[in-house]
Amino acid sequence: MSESPSPTPQAAATPQAAAATPQAPALRARGLGFRFRSRAGARWALRDCEFALPAGRITALVGPNGAGKTTLFHLATDLLRPTEGAVEVFGHTAGTPEARGGVAFLAQDKPLYPRYTVEETLRLVSRLNKRWDHKGAEDIVRAGDIPLSARVGTLSGGERTRVALALAMGRRPGLLLLDEPLADLDPLVREEFMGTLMAEVLDRELSVVLSSHVLPDIEHSCDYVLLLKDGHIHLAGDADELRATHTLIKGRADHPVPDHVVHARTSGRQLTALVRTGGSGTVPGDWATESPTLEDVLLGHLRAHATADASAAGTAPSTAEGAAA
Amino acid sequence: MIEFRIDRGSGVAAYLQIVQQTEQALRMGVLRVGDRLPTAREVVEATAINPNTVLKAYRELERAGLVEARRGLGTFVRRSLARPESETDTALRAELGDWLARARDAGLEREDISALFTSALDALEAAPRAHPPQKDT
Repeated sequence: MSESPSPTPQAAATPQAAAATPQAPALRARGLGFRFRSRAGARWALRDCEFALPAGRITALVGPNGAGKTTLFHLATDLLRPTEGAVEVFGHTAGTPEARGGVAFLAQDKPLYPRYTVEETLRLVSRLNKRWDHKGAEDIVRAGDIPLSARVGTLSGGERTRVALALAMGRRPGLLLLDEPLADLDPLVREEFMGTLMAEVLDRELSVVLSSHVLPDIEHSCDYVLLLKDGHIHLAGDADELRATHTLIKGRADHPVPDHVVHARTSGRQLTALVRTGGSGTVPGDWATESPTLEDVLLGHLRAHATADASAAGTAPSTAEGAAA
Repeated sequence: MIEFRIDRGSGVAAYLQIVQQTEQALRMGVLRVGDRLPTAREVVEATAINPNTVLKAYRELERAGLVEARRGLGTFVRRSLARPESETDTALRAELGDWLARARDAGLEREDISALFTSALDALEAAPRAHPPQKDT
């Protein structure tokens, strides 16, 4: 479809798209860095981050605990100010009214008042927002069979996540940031929640960045990936492209290891490795090859990171995932 | 109407899984000409896969002439893939049965036969022939 030269009635369909610069990335970092100060001294949580997440995509933000994921979200929503560099939402510097209006953030702890009913919560938040979409927010709550009269404190984890999503979507954001939205949900509710989120993306031309440890859940939901390692961007790109430019190989451990191995491990005489092939898909040598899933690619890069850490020595062992569960 | 099931563990791209499941439904007669496919919204809500993936699959099916999108109404089956020749009581099937019996008499196991058949099929498909273009990978 081409741009129509004369104004047509159907052009009014997407109010939030009109405000944003059409080609601006949904989220962009330029030389972004943030340094925490504490009694123990200063520590860089993020440093030299340079990336541009295209609009209209669902980006998975992946990385070990403490890699800087939440800090990145806080910088994008102006809850923290960069120590150096800048972060932009649809071309607007974080903290400007344009950027604030364009982004909604669903925090991991979902701050909600337990004594309020769902309806009271929706009304309270609606008063704080000029462009509030009450019907849209209510529809999300209804799709989860949550009674509007229920008190928030009596809801299950999955229901609270859904209410938090409704509050975020009611603000009509162009970019939705979700910090570990699936962490405390059972598999069935996770699937339901992701289904609702995907339908919202389709209906509203929404861009999404979601951080998650649940790699299988992002396999087919996310089409872009940002992998953080020790406060630095380790990997960024289109999910299909990442799958296509990596290969899993299997073979004898005493064979010479090919170039561009991301991560390899041996068990007995067998070597298994993730290799960056740059698109050719071929690996010289006597190897059985297999095309990797996105999870394989991400795990390979996460493990490569873990090995590098261990050899660096002196770093505290990272908290095991799921320890809090 | 059919329902798609996305196998998350499989290395097959999700859009290709949708295309293949639709083709199979067309081959088996589960979907017939005039039937409506689920809307993209219904698919993403049920499977939680990326909307762009569903749209890509439907574009692919449309490009192959199997379905057509009617504005505001949905996506409908245009062409069936059910072939009378592939049913169970045809001449082709009988010839294949004879061939399978000979293969077994020659001492081939099920896996050997399957591998032989697949490799012959691959060779046939690799040979140039006037045929609608295959899906790119």
